[in-house]
Amino acid sequence: MNGDPKIEMRDVAKAFGTNEVLRGVNLTIHSGESVAIIGGSGTGKSVTLKCILGLLQPDRGEILVDGVDVTRMGGRELEKQRAKFGMLFQGGALFDSLPVWRNVTFGITQGRARDAARMRKVAAENLERVGLDSKILNLRPSELSGGMQKRVALARAIAPRPEIIFFDEPTTGLDPIRADVINDLIVSLVEDLGVTALTITHDMASARKIAHRVAMLYEGRIIWHGPRDRLYDSGNPYVDQFVQGRADGPIR
Amino acid sequence: MTRLIAALFGFFAAIGRVPIGLFAAIGRVAIFAWRTISRGLAPPYYPGRFLEQLASIGWFSLPVVGMTAIFTGAALAQQVYTGGSRFNAQSTVPAIVTFGMVRELGPVLVGLMVAGRVASAMAAEIGTMRVTEQLDAMETLRTDPFRYLIAPRLFAAVLALPAMVLIADSIGLFGGYMLSIGKLGFNPSNYLHTTRQFLEMDDVVMSLVKAAVFGFFIALLGCYNGYATQGGAAGVGRSTTDAVVSTFILILLSDLLITVMVFT
Repeated sequence: MNGDPKIEMRDVAKAFGTNEVLRGVNLTIHSGESVAIIGGSGTGKSVTLKCILGLLQPDRGEILVDGVDVTRMGGRELEKQRAKFGMLFQGGALFDSLPVWRNVTFGITQGRARDAARMRKVAAENLERVGLDSKILNLRPSELSGGMQKRVALARAIAPRPEIIFFDEPTTGLDPIRADVINDLIVSLVEDLGVTALTITHDMASARKIAHRVAMLYEGRIIWHGPRDRLYDSGNPYVDQFVQGRADGPIR
Repeated sequence: MTRLIAALFGFFAAIGRVPIGLFAAIGRVAIFAWRTISRGLAPPYYPGRFLEQLASIGWFSLPVVGMTAIFTGAALAQQVYTGGSRFNAQSTVPAIVTFGMVRELGPVLVGLMVAGRVASAMAAEIGTMRVTEQLDAMETLRTDPFRYLIAPRLFAAVLALPAMVLIADSIGLFGGYMLSIGKLGFNPSNYLHTTRQFLEMDDVVMSLVKAAVFGFFIALLGCYNGYATQGGAAGVGRSTTDAVVSTFILILLSDLLITVMVFT
């Protein structure tokens, strides 16, 4: 963690029809920091990420990445901006028509089939980084287990060496041991590659392990944020109810 | 009184909703088409994807298109013969088969067959990519789905359809010829002579223009419906159905418009 704000969200709001998903999110993430956003299903965690990535345009507010507002960008400018980002999607979102090595190098080649020999090497290096053998280079995503797909997706996200990586529910759908493998990978990526990480999750064990700081999203706003050690004594009834997984409390 | 006014407003709102919805949909598709063309013409290009689509739209549709054409050509010959015999006009078989195949049936049948095969496949594939976030993933990997997925399909379809219609026209004429010679007792050289007499370049060109227009609609609506998919497996199913139905309607409607404009 060192000083400069990498991402600043200021009063970001987004509605779909009459459904106000984000109602003014304020959040600052510093360079080299790992932040986790926790919150129930449908509280706008994914929408937050997609707004930062420019996949969705917020209705209000601004999102500064390295001091530049990305919400009003389009076309080539936005594409350039995206070189800074990598994202691990919830279901992996691997391209099922392409073999593993072309998936992993997709962000480098922009989908073009060129430099096959070199790209296979790059793919193998990135697979090794996430603990996978190069034997799977030629397999299709559908031939891999869920945990392996997640790791291939992680290799694909880090292959272009982004400065910021988003993790969308990285441990969902995995057993506790596989989930912890992914957690360890994320921690080591943040430390070794020095990336800024933003994770959205409702897995408390994962949040505590991978994040320096945790923020809770509720009804479209960040209602609490603090260091991960304070997660269980935040003094905020909403956070308490959520982290302890109780059905009764202020959250309905 | 206020109730009556409210009811009236409701009535007009209900009437207005249909055309507004229709125009909105047309607008969305037009913007989608513009985006595909303008971005597809700018680099980076994907020649590999284009050839892949050319093969999948053109080459692999040939069996079904050929079969449709030969059966239809033969059936048309039989119908004209039977119908024509009521007023001793059996000799019009080669002329009407030629007109019918080249001007109407060739392009329309190829359009419909390929729409069933290809528009549905495009909608299902791109729709699945939408609901599994593969389209979002592609964008975060700095690859424009319009350039990588959609433009190659659109350009390939516009190019493949005329080639296939040319083949279908030929096979259709051949089907009519075979039946006329084999079953109806026509003289082969006379039949061919008449066919050649009535086969005009303008008609063939019109046939190919129709084919290109149909190819455009097939890929456009297949991709549009896939791209706009919402909501899981059921959403993909809906998109596939919508793609086929809307393509069918547009093919038949544009065929009518082109025909009326050109042949009057």
